[in-house]
Amino acid sequence: MAVKIITPGLSTTVQDLGRPGYYHLGIPISGGMDRFALRAANMLVGNDEGAAVLEAVFLGPEIEFTAAATVAVTGGDLPPRLNGEERAGWEAFPVKAGDRLSFGFLKAGARAYIAVSGGIDVPVKLGSRSTYTLGALGGHEGRALKAGDELPVGQGAGGKGSVPANLRRMPGSPAELRMLPGLYWHRITAEAGKQFFADTWKVAPEADRIGYRFRGGKALDFVPREPPFGAGSNPSNIVDACYPYGSIQVPGGTEPIVLHRDAVSGGGYMMLGCVISADMDLIGQLQPHSPARFVEVSMDQALQARHDRQAALARVRAHLGR
Amino acid sequence: MTIRFSFGGDEHIFGEVSEEMSLEAFFTSLSMTNAVRQAGIKGVTEICPANASFQVKFDPDAIKPADLLKELQSMESAASKSDASLQTRIMEIPVFYQDPWTHETLMRFRERHQDPSKTDLEYAADVNGLGTVENFVQAHSSQPWFVSMVGFVAGLPFLYQMVERKRQLQVPKYLRPRTDTPKLTIGHGGCFSCIYSVRGAGGYQMFGITPMPIYDPNQQVSYLHDEMCLFRPGDIVKWKPISRDEYDADLQAVEANRYEPVIRPATFSLSEFNRDMAGTNARLMEALHGR
Repeated sequence: MAVKIITPGLSTTVQDLGRPGYYHLGIPISGGMDRFALRAANMLVGNDEGAAVLEAVFLGPEIEFTAAATVAVTGGDLPPRLNGEERAGWEAFPVKAGDRLSFGFLKAGARAYIAVSGGIDVPVKLGSRSTYTLGALGGHEGRALKAGDELPVGQGAGGKGSVPANLRRMPGSPAELRMLPGLYWHRITAEAGKQFFADTWKVAPEADRIGYRFRGGKALDFVPREPPFGAGSNPSNIVDACYPYGSIQVPGGTEPIVLHRDAVSGGGYMMLGCVISADMDLIGQLQPHSPARFVEVSMDQALQARHDRQAALARVRAHLGR
Repeated sequence: MTIRFSFGGDEHIFGEVSEEMSLEAFFTSLSMTNAVRQAGIKGVTEICPANASFQVKFDPDAIKPADLLKELQSMESAASKSDASLQTRIMEIPVFYQDPWTHETLMRFRERHQDPSKTDLEYAADVNGLGTVENFVQAHSSQPWFVSMVGFVAGLPFLYQMVERKRQLQVPKYLRPRTDTPKLTIGHGGCFSCIYSVRGAGGYQMFGITPMPIYDPNQQVSYLHDEMCLFRPGDIVKWKPISRDEYDADLQAVEANRYEPVIRPATFSLSEFNRDMAGTNARLMEALHGR
């Protein structure tokens, strides 16, 4: 069993739940940006929740199946079509050998997850099938898919059912991204801190798996200082340090960048804190130009949000009888 | 030095040993991360040392953030007193300074540079008061450099010059980062040099290029068979200026997979280095050249 790529879409990659353990070498975790949707797609087709799927952004691919299987598409509203006929998202459906899956125009969100029963069976590299394109590692030849690629698919029993809208999780408008202030938050003035949370930001065109840039808010005022040796003279510079996933760096104090699953592991810009783990999925569903706000939370609130997300996944599992 | 701890969201703890760079801060960061690794704390998933700070990633479902913070704080006094010495490696990295590929790239991004009328090397020579590019290359390549961090992208080393602070080369980063940097570019920003392991964005000044791969995701390069990334924190590097002809010959050897980098075991003691930098560096050069 295999899937053939007829047209690749804008940037379609193989992703699973990622590659922890190598960040100290600059190799990021990678994996699905919206892991909630990735897990749900796998549940629908009867896979392990961490099986490899295709992640398509903004524009879907066209793919052909060489054998019968079960397929489900979750995530943003990128309407699946089987042999030209529209199918529901977040719902398992069978395909036969020779069937073609294509997509209509994106209606909401940014990324769709295409799961096939048995899982995409590309080689495991450093414990994961996820594609890290910057390092040409994992996935199919370390890159986004191209027309003519053929990906092996494992053996799977298949699944059935659908996930109703009230059990899904998508960002609102404006998206509210909860963040825990910290790291180098003390470098900005109290007034700038207040303004950062008060502003409504917009996703910039530079938004990808490495990070999402935001613009439209007021530039930050920094607390004056003597530059520490080795940091650089800009007030936003620090001696190059590690960057957490979800960390919000603000080069030059103007446009915040939230690092995501293919994060650069370190660098020389101050960070205001991190978007909490529970809200990382939501960033993966933001399109350029969509509005977003940062909402301050405490550690206790961050942990509560984490538990709420886990409970939401548990409801999907229960609904599908898993 | 008192470590400043801060949570990075609900999954990371960040520890800043010092705001400014020094080898003392690096060694405290390295001791802390070694201690965390040895402690085998349940729930810790990533341990990342950096130049003068470090980061621990954890699963808050397995350990409470406050409990992990207490554990790290309890390791602080032992780490800051630990012996700052290493069994490490010294390696020679050939560099073709003023090569045509970084030159073509820097010309494409002049409007993002502090001084569009100069090349990156001319600018670096100027701001360090060294007059000519030749003098700058001499200052850059005559003494060894210490790998004080690996990261940004896969296998990229940050290198700290092993000379007195007043002699350390400092050059600002580009005003706005470039969207392109050739693979294996030798870059410099602030007080750090680096080797860009992959092609991509970058903000460091570009001085030259090495023919020697330092990252291989396919693990085909003979010396990257076991590890995809060549560098580890604590490695010591000596730049070797090479000509175009030498670059071409090295590249041919790399392509035929018969290139053999010069890598030798070495010991490094921070107290010895601080007592006698010239003597320590001379001894490292002897280790490199096997005399």
